[in-house]
Amino acid sequence: MPSHAEASEKFIADAQRTDWHDETLWFVREKRDKAAMVLREWEALREHASQIKDHTLANLGSYLQAFEAKAQANGIHVHWAADAAEHNAIVHQIIAKQGSKVLVKSKSMLTEECHLNDYLANKGIEVVDTDLGERIVQFRNEAPSHIVLPAIHLKREDVGETFHQHLGTPKGNKDPQFLTEAARQHLRGHFLASEVAITGVNFAIAETGEFVVCTNEGNADMGAHLAKVHIACMGIEKIIPKREDLAVFLRLLARSATGQLITTYSSHFHKPREGQEMHIVLLDNGRTRQLADPKYKNSLKCIRCAACFNTCPVYRRSGGHSYHQPVAGPIGSILAPNIDKKANADLPFASTLCGSCSNVCPVKINIHEQLWFWRQDLMAAGLAPVGKTIGMKLMAFTLAHPAIYRIGGSLLRRFSGMLNTRLNPWYKQREMPEAPKVSFQEWYKKR
Amino acid sequence: MRVALFVPCYIDQFYPQVAVASLELLEKLGCEVVVPADQTCCGQPMANSGFASSTEGCDTNFTTNFAGFDYIVGPSGSCVLHLKEHHPSEKIRNSVYEICEFLTDVLKVTSLSAKFSHRVGLHQSCHGQRGLRLSSMTERNEKSFSKLEDLLGLVEGVEILKPERADECCGFGGTFCVTEEAVSVKMGQDRIKEHDANAVEYIVGADTSCLMHMEGILRRQGSSIQVKHIVEILNHA
Repeated sequence: MPSHAEASEKFIADAQRTDWHDETLWFVREKRDKAAMVLREWEALREHASQIKDHTLANLGSYLQAFEAKAQANGIHVHWAADAAEHNAIVHQIIAKQGSKVLVKSKSMLTEECHLNDYLANKGIEVVDTDLGERIVQFRNEAPSHIVLPAIHLKREDVGETFHQHLGTPKGNKDPQFLTEAARQHLRGHFLASEVAITGVNFAIAETGEFVVCTNEGNADMGAHLAKVHIACMGIEKIIPKREDLAVFLRLLARSATGQLITTYSSHFHKPREGQEMHIVLLDNGRTRQLADPKYKNSLKCIRCAACFNTCPVYRRSGGHSYHQPVAGPIGSILAPNIDKKANADLPFASTLCGSCSNVCPVKINIHEQLWFWRQDLMAAGLAPVGKTIGMKLMAFTLAHPAIYRIGGSLLRRFSGMLNTRLNPWYKQREMPEAPKVSFQEWYKKR
Repeated sequence: MRVALFVPCYIDQFYPQVAVASLELLEKLGCEVVVPADQTCCGQPMANSGFASSTEGCDTNFTTNFAGFDYIVGPSGSCVLHLKEHHPSEKIRNSVYEICEFLTDVLKVTSLSAKFSHRVGLHQSCHGQRGLRLSSMTERNEKSFSKLEDLLGLVEGVEILKPERADECCGFGGTFCVTEEAVSVKMGQDRIKEHDANAVEYIVGADTSCLMHMEGILRRQGSSIQVKHIVEILNHA
C-alpha cells in the first residue's frame, strides 16, 4: 500500500486534474460558507451540538440501552456487534434467512468500514449500491474517495465511459442528465426486485427508538419501503438523546456537507410496516476504545458531514484514495489509527496542522490537535520511518546545547550549497534560503 | 518596559534581518530589549513530528534563558503558539507573545513612523491566525478583525492586497514540507498564483517559515515577487 505522500505525488502529477479537484471541493466549501454565514446563531449552534454530543458520549451506555428498549418496543430487532466480523456475520444471517442473492444498499460509511460488500460477495450475495456516486465507484471497483461525494474524483467523461461499459450507454456520452437517467432506470429494476434493503443511520434517537437516514436521492427510502427486510447499520456514536436535539444536527449537517439548508430526505424510521422486518445493528469496532481515551474521545462526535474534507488544503490536492482508508480526510486521519496504528501511521502526518478542519467542524472536534496527539502516540509506538528517530534525537540534542547549536548553525550556513541536490526534497522544486554570512546572534554580539 | 526577544533558530541562522527589525522596532517603541545569548529553539520541529518526548532539553534551555522575563516576544506565530500550548512552564506559557499581538495588545501601538510604498500581498499564517487569533478566519461566522492589517494600516504608502482564498495554508507545515513534498509545493504554488494575480511586489506575513517556503518556490520560478516579514515593513524608514 503506497503511503499518503507517495499516492499524493502520483495524484498531483496530473496538475490540471488536481486543480480541478481542488476547485470543485473549494466550491463546496464556499457553498458551505454561504449557508453557514446566513445564520447569525451559527457559532452558538455548533457549540450547542458539541455539548449535546459531549453529554451523550458521557452517558453513552444508558442512552444506547434506552434506545434498544424503545426500538424493541416498536418492533425493531436490535443486534449488537463488537467488531466488523460480528457485524458482517449478523447481516449475513438475516439475509440468508430471507434467501436473497441480490440486495440494495444506500450510503453507509459504516458498511465500508466493515468491508461488508466484499464479505457478502464471498458468500455469493451481490450488494447493489443505490447512491449514484457509490454505484459509479462500485462499477469501477473503487472505494469512495469522499464520504458525502463518493465519486468526486471522477469527471463526467469518466462516468460516461464507466456507464458505457456497465450500462451500455452510447460511447462518448457524458451528459449528466442522460447518465443519471440511465442509472435511475438501471437501479429501479433492483429496487423492485430486492427483498432486503440495507441503509446506514445518521441519527438514532434514544427517547423514541427511531432512527433517521438522510439522503439527497431518496434511495434509502426507495429501498427500505419496497423491501420485506430493512437492515440499518449504525455506529454506537450515532445516538442522540431526544428528538428536539435532531433539529440542531439536521440544520448543521446539510449546511456543513453541501451548503444545502436541509438534506432533501430526512427520513424517520420508527417501526416496521405491517409484514416488514426491521433490524438495526449497533457496531462498536474500536469506538469504545476511542471513548476511553480523553485525547480522542471527542472524535466520536463526528456526524460525517465531510466539511473537514472540503476545507482541507491537503485533501483537495491529494484525493481521497491517497488516504487508503474508507474514511479519508482529516477526520479519517484521526479515526484510522485507532483501528490499525501500523497501517495508518502516515495519516496523522498528512496535514500541515493549519487548523481549518477544527474550525469548520459543526460539532467542534479538535481535529488538528488530535492529529498532533496521534503523531506522538505513533512515534512512541516505534512506528517512525527509517532514520527519523535518529534524526529527531540528533536535532533535539543539538538544539538543547547552545554551543553545539552555534557550531552546527555556522556549518550549515557555510556549507548550505551542498544541500542543493536532488537528494534534498526541499530542493526538488524550491531554492534553499540564501545563507547570510553572520547569524543574528553573531551580529548582535558586535552591535 | 523590559522585553526579552525570542529569536527562533532558523531566523537566527537564515533570516537575521527579521530579528534585527524586531529588535529595532521594539526599541523604537520604547522597550528595553534583552536578547538572551544562549537561546536556541522552541522545540516545535521535534514536537510536531511526533517527538515531543524529546524536547525536554530544548524546553529546559528555553526556561533557563527566558524565565526571568514578564514579556517574551518573538517574530513567529508558529513558534509562539507551540510555546503557549506545549511548554512545560506555566510562567513561560503566560509570558510569551507573538510580536504583532504584543504591539497591538500590550503596547497598544496607534502610530508608527514607517513608510513602505508598495503593493503588498497579505499571507495569513495559520498558527498565528487560527491558533493565536491574530485575525478572524473564514471558517467561522465572526466579526472580521486583523491585528496584522491594523498594524500595516499605520505604515505610510502600503497597499494591502488579499488573495482570493484569504486564509488558505501555504503548505509549509514544518517537516511536512519535505515528507509530503509534492502536496507542500503544490499548496505553495497555488498561494503564489493568487498573489501573482494581484500583481503584488511583496508577500508579507508574520511567520518567516511560510515565507521561506514561498520564497523558495518564487526563486525557483524566477519570479520578481519578494517576501518580507511584517516587522521589516513596520520598521521600514
